[in-house]
Amino acid sequence: MSDTVREVNGNLVVRLAGEIDLDRAPEVRRLLLDSVKRSLDVLVDLSAVTYIDSSGIASLVEALQWAKRRGTDLCLIAVSPEALRVFELARLDKVFAIHPDMNAALAAGN
Amino acid sequence: MSAAALTLPDAEYLVELRFPAQASRMVLVRDVVRSAARLCGFDETATHDIVLAVGEACQNVILHAYEGRGDGPILLDILESPDRMILRVTDFGPAVAPAVLQPRDLGELRPGGLGTYFIQNVMDTTDFGRSPGGVGNVLQMSKKKDPST
Repeated sequence: MSDTVREVNGNLVVRLAGEIDLDRAPEVRRLLLDSVKRSLDVLVDLSAVTYIDSSGIASLVEALQWAKRRGTDLCLIAVSPEALRVFELARLDKVFAIHPDMNAALAAGN
Repeated sequence: MSAAALTLPDAEYLVELRFPAQASRMVLVRDVVRSAARLCGFDETATHDIVLAVGEACQNVILHAYEGRGDGPILLDILESPDRMILRVTDFGPAVAPAVLQPRDLGELRPGGLGTYFIQNVMDTTDFGRSPGGVGNVLQMSKKKDPST
């Protein structure tokens, strides 16, 4: 499985997949920051993420901060149970907007 | 941590791993830890948490003890006692100041610094210190099989 980026209704949907750890975090960070720089709202699909650790979380936090600075939104959609567990442990489930799927995110204005 | 603290008379060895301190090896290490946790009878959430803790501990070794050089070894000992699983991560790098590994305040939104917080929050015990031989650092963690005890 590989990460993908596609445009949907003027938003960027970044789909991350597999295990996001210290080894993969640099490429995920680059993908997220490149997406945020396109000045569109970014929906990060985590449905296919089977593991994420602090280095992967750091990439998402950095992307969220960049999005806020640029005045765009970055939200999470379809977060897998494994990824949600880590967001909850870090209490970041209250920091990121999390939607069950893309339609819910689009309906919420993302 | 003293050498005595590492003595585990009622624990049985499940596996001993030695691998280079390289991020690319962690996917293999996590698979072993996942299988060992399931063998000890942990459910999927607890298994995930144990895997996360070991991953974060090894990440600390890679980044702080060996400073990303990737040429040092990491030892991972996995033991099982009647009531818990014990995991011990040993490196042979210079002493890491405990302050470097302090968990950060979650109220502060910034990338990084969450690894030690995860370890301390998902495991029941964590002990960090110099290895009994005086070379390297040891992090010993344990998780109870029955969290209500």
